[in-house]
Amino acid sequence: MKKDLIGITDLSKEELAELIAIAEKIIEDPVAYSEKCKGKKLATCFFEPSTRTRLSFEAAMLELGGSVLGFSEANSSSAAKGESVADTARTISCYADIIAMRHPKEGAPMVAAQAAPIPIINAGDGGHNHPTQTLTDLLTIYREKGRLSDLKIGFCGDLKFGRTVHSLIQAMSRYEGISFVLISPEELCVPEYIKKDVLDGKNIPYVETSSWDELPELDILYMTRVQRERFFNEADYMRLKDAFILTADRLQDAKPDLCIMHPLPRVNEIERAVDEDPRACYFKQALYGKYIRMALILKLLGVE
Amino acid sequence: MTIDSIRNGIVIDHITAGKSMEIYHILELSKLDCSVAIIKNASSKKAGKKDIIKIDSQLDINMDILGYIDPTITVNIVKDGKIVEKKHMELPDHIDGVIKCKNPRCISSIEQEIVHSFKLVDRENGIYRCVYCETKAEPETL
Repeated sequence: MKKDLIGITDLSKEELAELIAIAEKIIEDPVAYSEKCKGKKLATCFFEPSTRTRLSFEAAMLELGGSVLGFSEANSSSAAKGESVADTARTISCYADIIAMRHPKEGAPMVAAQAAPIPIINAGDGGHNHPTQTLTDLLTIYREKGRLSDLKIGFCGDLKFGRTVHSLIQAMSRYEGISFVLISPEELCVPEYIKKDVLDGKNIPYVETSSWDELPELDILYMTRVQRERFFNEADYMRLKDAFILTADRLQDAKPDLCIMHPLPRVNEIERAVDEDPRACYFKQALYGKYIRMALILKLLGVE
Repeated sequence: MTIDSIRNGIVIDHITAGKSMEIYHILELSKLDCSVAIIKNASSKKAGKKDIIKIDSQLDINMDILGYIDPTITVNIVKDGKIVEKKHMELPDHIDGVIKCKNPRCISSIEQEIVHSFKLVDRENGIYRCVYCETKAEPETL
């Protein structure tokens, strides 16, 4: 039976561990994997632009020896002519072995997965899921901290609309000894359903704050951008966009082995000076994103 | 007040008082040409008041939607004037094609041919979420 990746909870803890293990092997010996997908094709179906995610998928497939085809905006696909997502997915299945799909409508990759006989990877569906970003984050945490348990994780910035934050909270909540510090202005705090269903539901300790007081205690600090496109009101965006900026000065009190993450792109929420700090992991995170996507493609294609 | 007993048909009993018309519409009982009796505010030992619908015909009823609207309902199947089966409702695991997702960003709100589908995520509190976008179902989206 074919397997898809629509949301991060589609993967069990064991499957996550397996993907991380494959990614680690690829990092150790990339040459050994350079022809694993020879003759296989990845279709990147991006109904809305996302250069870095698309390039990460394409780089992943190319480094596995496979090839890539696809489109990078809806205007250049048959969706512009009114074709359904299901029909598009079924048709592209005739030309490719696996599809990575980004779509502005929530749930579109699931519709594609129901229709297509080949594996579908959700490369982001509106404000809903972005499971390969969460996989990227998990691999980064594992590589940088050597474990996925017993960690105090801080999230900072837009915790209301940031889907990467919600998914990572969900994913990390499955591991032992995890606690969260949720740093945001009140208007951008974590939605009630995440607190109720995930955090309270699993008795996971968390603190909500609008100060940096907890920074010295953190093992991981996950920064996010306040996204202009999530606001209906420009004045609200302007008021909140600079609310939480990480500066080199602020990091003086942080742990020496703190891991600073960011899903990128960054605007100004992390001062450029922080880039030189060895604790800044966000560019490594982008690199890990390619490796975990390589592991995912291998796993979904059933390539050993 | 008395309503004739039915010989062969269905009695939807223990409906929360006030919900019978909603059920009448959702089950599209107006399309039937047999006798249908709606009894509102009948006395109930358990609830004080209840509604009852009696349908003088054997027909397939969508038990899933009844369970979703009002899990207190019991459905009695009547044959030759006797109750031959009593079905208690429970919240169904899935509801397909009945509740509409109200999230305008959901693919099921955009593409007409997609069947709106919800799954039960919290049995204790009766919470359903759209399988596509995970938006919570609201009672008024029926």
